[in-house]
Amino acid sequence: MKRRDFLGSLGAVGTAGMLSTPALLSSAGRALAQGNDIPVGLLFSLTGAVAVVESTLHDAALMAIEEINASGGIHGRQLRPIIEDPASDPATYADRARRLMIRDKCVSVFGSYTSASRQAVLPVTEQRKNLYWYPTLYEGRECSRNVMYGGAVPNQQQDDLIPWAIENFGPRFYMIGNNYVYPKEENNYCKTLLEQYGGEVVNEEYVPLGHSDFSSVINRIRSEKPDVIFATVVGDSDVAFARQYHAAELDPSKMPVVSLTRSEVEVKAIGGEAAAGHFSSAPYFMGHATPENEKFVEAYKSRYGGDQVTHFVSEAAYFQVYQFKAALEKLDPSNITPETIRDAAVGLTLNAPQGEVLIDENLHTHLWPKIGQWQTNGQAEVLIESKERVAPKPYAAYAGQTCTGKGLVKA
Amino acid sequence: MDVIANQLFAGLSMASILLMIALGLAIIYGAMGVINLAHGEFVMLGAYATWALQTYAGIGILPALPFVFISVAAVGWIVEKVVVQNLYHRPLDTILATWGIGIILQQAVRLGVGAESRFVKGPDLLSGNTEIGPLIMSNYRLFVIVFSMAVLAATWMLMTRTEFGMKLRAVIQNRAISECYGIEAKRIYSVTFAYGAGLAGLAGALITPLFSTIPTMGTGLVVDAFLVVIVGGLGSLIGSAAASVLIGEATAIFSIVINDTLGRIAVLAGIILLIRFRPRGLFPTETRR
Repeated sequence: MKRRDFLGSLGAVGTAGMLSTPALLSSAGRALAQGNDIPVGLLFSLTGAVAVVESTLHDAALMAIEEINASGGIHGRQLRPIIEDPASDPATYADRARRLMIRDKCVSVFGSYTSASRQAVLPVTEQRKNLYWYPTLYEGRECSRNVMYGGAVPNQQQDDLIPWAIENFGPRFYMIGNNYVYPKEENNYCKTLLEQYGGEVVNEEYVPLGHSDFSSVINRIRSEKPDVIFATVVGDSDVAFARQYHAAELDPSKMPVVSLTRSEVEVKAIGGEAAAGHFSSAPYFMGHATPENEKFVEAYKSRYGGDQVTHFVSEAAYFQVYQFKAALEKLDPSNITPETIRDAAVGLTLNAPQGEVLIDENLHTHLWPKIGQWQTNGQAEVLIESKERVAPKPYAAYAGQTCTGKGLVKA
Repeated sequence: MDVIANQLFAGLSMASILLMIALGLAIIYGAMGVINLAHGEFVMLGAYATWALQTYAGIGILPALPFVFISVAAVGWIVEKVVVQNLYHRPLDTILATWGIGIILQQAVRLGVGAESRFVKGPDLLSGNTEIGPLIMSNYRLFVIVFSMAVLAATWMLMTRTEFGMKLRAVIQNRAISECYGIEAKRIYSVTFAYGAGLAGLAGALITPLFSTIPTMGTGLVVDAFLVVIVGGLGSLIGSAAASVLIGEATAIFSIVINDTLGRIAVLAGIILLIRFRPRGLFPTETRR
C-alpha cells in the first residue's frame, strides 16, 4: 500500500466514523426494534458440558421461531434469531448476552439451563433493561424484573407431590442431591412441607456434581430403609444413580425414587428398564395427551429425528417464544422495547403443550404440576394431574418475603 | 456391622474400577516415562466402542470385550506412532501432546456420536445380587472385581514370564544397552503403549452399565487413576493394586463416616500427607534413568 492510499483510506474511515456516531447514538433507547424484522437472541450452549440438554432447548426455541415466521411473523414482521454459543461457561454467557443486547439490539434473549448461567446473565439484563427468557425449573429465591421465568419453582413441583408421596409410600424421606444451590433450596422447601404433613427426613445427603459412584449412598439407603428417596441429583450423576439403584435390585414399589430433575432425556440414558417404576414431578411429560402437545411432539420429531425426546424444559423453551409473540401482538409495532414487552406479557394466557399457562405479575409462570411414573418404554405415565393451575411462589420457603409485580417485598 | 461389611465391599468395587483404569496408566508411565493425559479418553473410547457394538451389531458387553480391547489398543498404537514416538526425548512435551490428543478425541466423539449420554445394557447373566448373610453384593460388581484381578495377574505374567516382558524390562532399565543387544526399543514402546490403551478401553467397557456414557466421562476418571499411580509409586504394578484398594476403601469408609463430599476432601488430604512423607509412593520402583 502506498503512503497516499493509506492516508486516503484513513481519511475515509475517519469520516465514516464521524458520520456514524450520531446514528449510533440515536439507535439506542426507544427505536430498539424498528427495522423490518425483530432481532431476538438465542443463548443456549451448543458445545461444552451442558450442551446435551441446552442444545434441545435451542432446537425447541428455534423451531417455535421458525413456525412463527412461516405463519407470517408478528404484525407482518419476521423474527430474526441471532444465535450465540456460550460454550457452557458462565462468564461467556454474560459476555454473549451483552453482545446480543447491545450490538445486535435484541429486544429479548432466550437462554440458559443452569442457575449459574442465569445468574451470570442477570446483571447484564438488568443493567441493559432487557428481557431474558429462562425456561428451566429452578430453586426460586429470585425476583428480577428483567427475567421471564418459564419453569417451575419449588412450590409448583412439591405442593402436590409431598402429601401424595407420604400417603402412598410413607413419611420417611431420604434426600439425595448434588452439592449446589438447587438441591439445597428444594430440600429446604421439602422440609417445611414434611413438617406440615407429618413426614420426617431420615438422611439429607449431597454428592459432588458429576459424582458417579453411588455404592455408599445405596448401602446407606439399604440400611436406613426409608419410604421415599427424594432425589435432586442432576444430569450424569442422576443417570449413574438410577442405573446403580436398579443394579442393586432396590424395589421401586417399596422404595421409589421421586425426582424433581429426571426427565425424558435422563431416562433415555438410564434405560427404560432401570427407570421404570420411579416417579418424577414436573409440569410437562412427553406423553401428556393434549392436541397442543401432540402437535409439538410431532413437529419436533419430524424436524430433529424420530428418536428425539421433548421434556419439561424444552417445552418451556418452546412456549416462551409463543408468549413473546403474544405479548408483541398486543403492542403497537412502533413501540416495541423490552419493558413494553414485559408489561404486555403479564397476565397473558397461552395454550402450551402442558395446558393453559399464565404469566404472573412476578414474571414467573402459572403451571400445571403433574406426577408421572416412568415406564419401560422410557415414557412417563401421568398418574396425578393437578386440578387447577398452580401459582408460582419463588419465596415459598421464606416466610415474610414475597415476589410481586414491584419486585421483592419483605414484610 | 452390616453397614461396614457392605461398605467394605463397595470400597473393593471402587478399587477394582480404579485399578482397571490405573493399570494402563502405570504401565505406560513405568515403561516409557510418558504421562499420558489422553488416558481418560481411551477409557471413554472403550465405553463408546461397547455402545456401538451393542447398538449396531447387537453384541453384549462380555463378548464385546476382546473387540473393544483390540480397537482401543489400535487407536493407542496409532497415537504412539504418530505423536508420542517423536517426543520420547522431550518427556515434558508429551504431557501437552497427550492432553491435546485427549481433547481431540473427546471433541471427535462429541461431533461424530453426539454429546448426549448413551445407554448400554448390562449383561443379563450378571444381573442380580449375591447375598451372604447381611452382605449384599451386586453380581456385576463382583465380576468386575474378579476381572480386574485377572487382568492384574495377566499383566504381571506378561511382564515377568514372557520374552516380550523381559525385553520391556530391559528397555526400562537401560534403553541404549538393550538396543545394543538387538532389542527393538521402538517396537517395544509401541506395543506397550497400545497395551496400556487397550486396558483403558476394557475399563471403559466394564463401567458402561454403571456409569453414564458421555464424551467427558474420562476426564474425572483419569484424575482418580493418577492419584492411584502416584500413591502406588510410579510404574509399579503391585503399588497400583495396593493403592487402588487403599483409595477405594478409604473413600468408602470416609463416605459412610462423614459423607461423600467431605469424604472426598478427606481422601485427597490423606494423599497429600502421604506424598509429603513418601514422595515416591508406597512401592517406588528402583530403575536407573
